[in-house]
Amino acid sequence: MDAAISLTVDGEGYRLTVDTRTTLLDALRDRLGNISPKKGCDHGQCGACTVLLDGRRVLACLVLAATVGGAEVTTASGLAEGDTPHPVQRAFLDHDAFQCGYCTPGQVCSAVGMLDEVAAGWPSHATTDLTAEPRLSQAEISERMAGNLCRCAAYVNIVPAIEQAAGEVR
Amino acid sequence: MSDLLRPVAIGRDLVRRDGMDKVTGRARYAYEADVPNASYCRLVQTTVARGRVEAMHTDAARQVDGVRAVITPFTAESLHTDGGELAVLQDQEIAFRGQVIGLVVADTAEAALRAAELVEVTCSTAPHDVALSADRDDLYKPEKVNPSYETDTSDGDVDVAMAAAEVTVEQTYTTAMYHNNPLEPHATTAFWDGEHLTVWDSTQGVHPTRAVLADLFDLDKEHVRVICPYVGGGFGSKGEPHVHVVLAAMAARAVPGRHVKLALTRQQMFSLAGHRTPTIQRMRLAADRIGHLSGIAIDVVEHTAKMKEYAEQTGVPTRMMYAAPNRATTHRLAALDVPAPSWMRAPGECPGMFGPEVAMDELAEALGIDPIELRIRNEPDVDPETGHPFSSRNLVTCLREGAARFGWADRDPRPRAREEDGWYVGTGVASSVYPVNRMAESTATIRFERGAYVVEIGAADLGTGTWTTLAQIAADALGVDVEDVSVRIGDTRYPVASVAGGSSGMTTWGSAVVNAARAFRDKHGSAPADGAEADGSTEDNPATEQYAMYAFGAQFVEAHVHRDTGEIRVPRLLGVFAAGRIINPRTARSQFIGGMTMGLSMALHENSVLDPRHGHVVNHDLAEYHITTCADVTDIEATWLDEHDPHVNPMGTKGIGEIGIVGTAAAVVNAVHHAIGIRVRDLPVTLDKLLPGL
Repeated sequence: MDAAISLTVDGEGYRLTVDTRTTLLDALRDRLGNISPKKGCDHGQCGACTVLLDGRRVLACLVLAATVGGAEVTTASGLAEGDTPHPVQRAFLDHDAFQCGYCTPGQVCSAVGMLDEVAAGWPSHATTDLTAEPRLSQAEISERMAGNLCRCAAYVNIVPAIEQAAGEVR
Repeated sequence: MSDLLRPVAIGRDLVRRDGMDKVTGRARYAYEADVPNASYCRLVQTTVARGRVEAMHTDAARQVDGVRAVITPFTAESLHTDGGELAVLQDQEIAFRGQVIGLVVADTAEAALRAAELVEVTCSTAPHDVALSADRDDLYKPEKVNPSYETDTSDGDVDVAMAAAEVTVEQTYTTAMYHNNPLEPHATTAFWDGEHLTVWDSTQGVHPTRAVLADLFDLDKEHVRVICPYVGGGFGSKGEPHVHVVLAAMAARAVPGRHVKLALTRQQMFSLAGHRTPTIQRMRLAADRIGHLSGIAIDVVEHTAKMKEYAEQTGVPTRMMYAAPNRATTHRLAALDVPAPSWMRAPGECPGMFGPEVAMDELAEALGIDPIELRIRNEPDVDPETGHPFSSRNLVTCLREGAARFGWADRDPRPRAREEDGWYVGTGVASSVYPVNRMAESTATIRFERGAYVVEIGAADLGTGTWTTLAQIAADALGVDVEDVSVRIGDTRYPVASVAGGSSGMTTWGSAVVNAARAFRDKHGSAPADGAEADGSTEDNPATEQYAMYAFGAQFVEAHVHRDTGEIRVPRLLGVFAAGRIINPRTARSQFIGGMTMGLSMALHENSVLDPRHGHVVNHDLAEYHITTCADVTDIEATWLDEHDPHVNPMGTKGIGEIGIVGTAAAVVNAVHHAIGIRVRDLPVTLDKLLPGL
């Protein structure tokens, strides 16, 4: 069974017909040729496919494409303006916050989405005072980024990269 | 002895050349090859661990819209092989649960998945056996252990030393079964143009993969091209080709004119992409009261697959690590109905420095000697195994430097001496070691093109930094600015290069690049014409016959154990390494901390649980096979000595991709013991192992 949807991806509009079983991740990668979100597990367990869906971070492998008609999707590729990296990407480069690069687009999207969540006052498991505005500590970042696995284990570079970017993104 | 290159570009903290492509996700990995007419594969696997495929019915699968081919052991093309792991779909025998017994090719991934589910399989089953134990009566002695070490060694008489010693430690330690789990699943895009095969494969070595494919499909090597500019992690599991690349090529041949894409699922990676064997290590240490070892021995029991032997060299580091006149090492294998084990980061050294380094801590405790001091007292003057001097050995400096940085001096050695807010706090130490490996064959070409130097070599960058570091080496070898050097790797169109394994990349490829640069200057001088070109290859290093060559390190861990729940946290890890000259401190630090974090993961989380009833790994995904996450780490730091070793190679490098994972787990166990007084000898250290002693 197919469904016709329209989508905006990284600022470009698309109309496409998708198998209703097609995930947003496969639609992006196999149908639209956007290879920025990566497939690491296809089960929502690794975070490599993280994209921003109408501004919020989601795991594209757990979203059926047919359910997001009209939505705006931003991938790590779309966060950069051509050859100019987004501040989070710049910070990842500055801190060598990656090695093989496979989890990296997901880490970047997750960080951007996470910073918005903090700005919106959303608490996390690491938030000690649920009545106050969350403050972006190392513990807050590492907790909020725990859904994005990195087997090269760049975590101790990712956290300071996000701290650096946090000031610039606001 | 060779003259080391004068470091100008070498040693510079340069950002990765592939960085922008990676942070944007524009770097194209194997599955993402930009090809027309793609078809998609899905595998059918056995659900029994031993037996025979009696029949397969594929009619329903073939009727799914978009299905182009269904391949089974009854229909597959014959490969040029005598059996083993890569002889996929060649017969009906089932050697392990999860073995591939079918393949669907379809126009969409959804159709391929649906069709694969509709393949009906009838199997006969036979009893299987996946249970490793040191008590088995069918353990055997392999001829060699990976890659070609002696299986057993013996000097003097450890039994006599143990009987005569004032203090002994005799304990058994175990490490779990592990899966490499790079974030990028193993994947291939394949295409046949007549008798020419092109594969985009996620591999640690395009040339070795080409050689294997050429053999299997009985092709001239020149008719096979393997392309892999980026590898989404490998950690050894992409060092040797596994069945997916063979299957992709078979699938592509079944749908002429189409490019076929095949990616393993995460679950399939637990049966089709190699693993590290569990190990059982019986350690014996004999010492006098002041801590001098008179004997050291390790007896290793581990598994291999009946289908293909792989003998992890777990006992090898014990042969050279500490001075002791009486020494013995053995390896025994149980051949089981499991998938083939293979390389995983620091095969041998990683598991093989667990038992010994915990045993040293136990000996230190028994003697009342500081564990750093105990190691220093057993520092050998020469390699205890070969009698050769070390080309450089700075373990003691690493231990002392680490102790100073970590704040070891004020340590109260008594367990439970420190408690903070309900947490017992302990610190532990362990040594790291990794050999300087050099592969036999690599060639680089250097060409002068439009005012710049182009280095071509079929090497790999698994996140290790090769794109950047080879340019640094070439720049210094040519005596030019690093910005004037471009590097081309990851394609068999470029000259032959060895696998990225054994931390040998810089030594092997770097030596080839240096020789190419020297040949280039000899041939073309300092003002080359456009198009001027020269080759250079890695050569045997006569110094390897005269010196024992190793990198060393010391790892320090602070562990917290909760007084009531037994929860374990590791807030602090410090590694100090002596690994020769560092080409790029930025990418080097990432490799060290990456290895250490993977070692932390091994210590606290990782454990592939083989179900003896069904013969498979039950926790076969990333929800159940736990690896360290961002929330598990706080402070992990790696640093290194400014080590000058003139014997290893012209760059003075020793290899750094693996040593970071060596010793970490032992340091964690030792720190947990210091925190709470409970010695965990079976990894991983989980709170259930601490609760009874709280």
